Amino acid sequence: MSKETLLNAALLALLALFPLGAWLADEPFLITLTTRAVIFAIAGVGLNFALGLGGLVSLGHAAFFGLGGYVMGVLAYHAQTYTSLLSWPIELSGTTAMPIIWLFAVALSALLALGIGALSLRTSGVYFIMITLAFAQMLYYFTISWPAYGGEDGLSIYVRNKFIGLNTMDPIQFYLICYGLMLLVLALVWTFSRSAFGLALGAARQNEERVLALGQRPYRLYLTAFAISGAITGLAGALFADLNRFVSPTMFSWQTSGEIMIFVILGGVGRVFGPVAGAALFILLEYSLGGLSDYWHVYLGAILLGVVLFARGGIYGLLTGREVAHD
Amino acid sequence: MTEPILNIHGLTKSFGALQVSRAIDLELRPGEIHALIGPNGAGKTTLVKQIAGALRPDAGSVWFDGQEVTALDTPSRARLGMGRTFQISSLSMDYTVLQNAVLGALCHRGDVFRFFRPVMKDRALLEAARRALDEVGLLDFAAQRTSELSHGQRRQLEVAVALTLEPKAFLMDEPMAGLGIEGSQHMMGFLDGLRQRAPILLVEHDMDAVFSLADRISVLVLGEVIASGSVEEIRGNPLVRSAYLGEDEAA
Repeated sequence: MSKETLLNAALLALLALFPLGAWLADEPFLITLTTRAVIFAIAGVGLNFALGLGGLVSLGHAAFFGLGGYVMGVLAYHAQTYTSLLSWPIELSGTTAMPIIWLFAVALSALLALGIGALSLRTSGVYFIMITLAFAQMLYYFTISWPAYGGEDGLSIYVRNKFIGLNTMDPIQFYLICYGLMLLVLALVWTFSRSAFGLALGAARQNEERVLALGQRPYRLYLTAFAISGAITGLAGALFADLNRFVSPTMFSWQTSGEIMIFVILGGVGRVFGPVAGAALFILLEYSLGGLSDYWHVYLGAILLGVVLFARGGIYGLLTGREVAHD
Repeated sequence: MTEPILNIHGLTKSFGALQVSRAIDLELRPGEIHALIGPNGAGKTTLVKQIAGALRPDAGSVWFDGQEVTALDTPSRARLGMGRTFQISSLSMDYTVLQNAVLGALCHRGDVFRFFRPVMKDRALLEAARRALDEVGLLDFAAQRTSELSHGQRRQLEVAVALTLEPKAFLMDEPMAGLGIEGSQHMMGFLDGLRQRAPILLVEHDMDAVFSLADRISVLVLGEVIASGSVEEIRGNPLVRSAYLGEDEAA
């Protein structure tokens, strides 16, 4: 078994056992903390698919995280207030069923990513970073100025949405849902990255000229990857909103985009499980350093600087070396 | 005489005031190696780029396999059967040698948008990739990361990847550069046999290789084809001697 496989297994085991321990010790706060880590991990895994495999440095993934959040907020709000979401052209009501909310979050985020990607992918490098950032900021200011769903104050959902057979208000049960979805997303991304598409996408990242000469168009590969990436981050957004039972424009802010990128960089760009390690470390730092000082971001910044300067591969690069070329 | 597979008419290209291609006519017939030689800065690579579709000519046309391709982009031309190798190795450096070859075979087959089956377990692709690597003598290095290959081995891999495309014609930009004597010999023997499968437009600096391999040679100087003909004709051409070979001897 390779070092990477061992670390993956250790990470998954830790994320399964720690909340279980917290549950036995009756520490719901720690369960919620780990839930945050797992949801952030999903968001990071989404970004990493575009950034790590496709080389698309998006500083606008908050757009999808926020959209997922608002999909949950809006659907649940209408269901809870018994108002219809849409009366024309078709009658549409809200819902409090998590699977349906996830489905909408994933589908709409993928659509949004197709739209943003179709325009942004005509540029590259710094321009791509700036344009993705600009799109996310547009949505941020749009939600602030749109009073129907709380505007700047955000939107509170007093009861967490439902999942058949589970009591989602119980922290450990909600955690299990998030953990299960993380496993599913990891399995999908793992499979995608080893597929024909993954091979071609990685090749386009490394050398566009080569892919063109082989008769393929990198743009279509990038756009597909960006849509998949946005969809995954959108799912994380829906879960995050459900965790807090609250959604606000902050989810669309550029700080959110930056944090998602931090999970990826801390964990190891391009490593499928990297963002899981990155998000876990981020939460750990937030919890431990946040207890020391309100200005804990200073320490986070120093650590990030250290990673970028001395440990390019993040946690995964440090512990397992370079990625083994898989065949 | 058989119909040429590649036909270039009056290809003209300028970068500002600099004319890099001046009304170039060129053709590549089945079964031949047509060498393109010329001093540095003659516009050889610029010409290859225009043929491959990476650069649009100002005037003139490119015909490939019986159809005009002047307006088509690189991927479309590649799919029609142009197999290009690059002067500066253009490979996926993080991938293994085998992965690079499988990528070629995959793109040739065309079903890139498949998400679930592991591509490196695809029998047909692996077989095509290994066959190509075997032909250029790289099979023993299949598991090596491409960035760890020597310069010469990368040249070989360039050719192997082009082979996986099963092209109708090869455009090879200096495939022997940096190969060393033994490597050059091996590659020459290989290209010699390859022309029967698909003709080769060979841009090459190595004069010995060109004169022993080519069926025809065109000489490009300052964007202009100053001579075109058999090896003997080129050897005896006074224009060529003064413009190109003479310079070489003096150097």
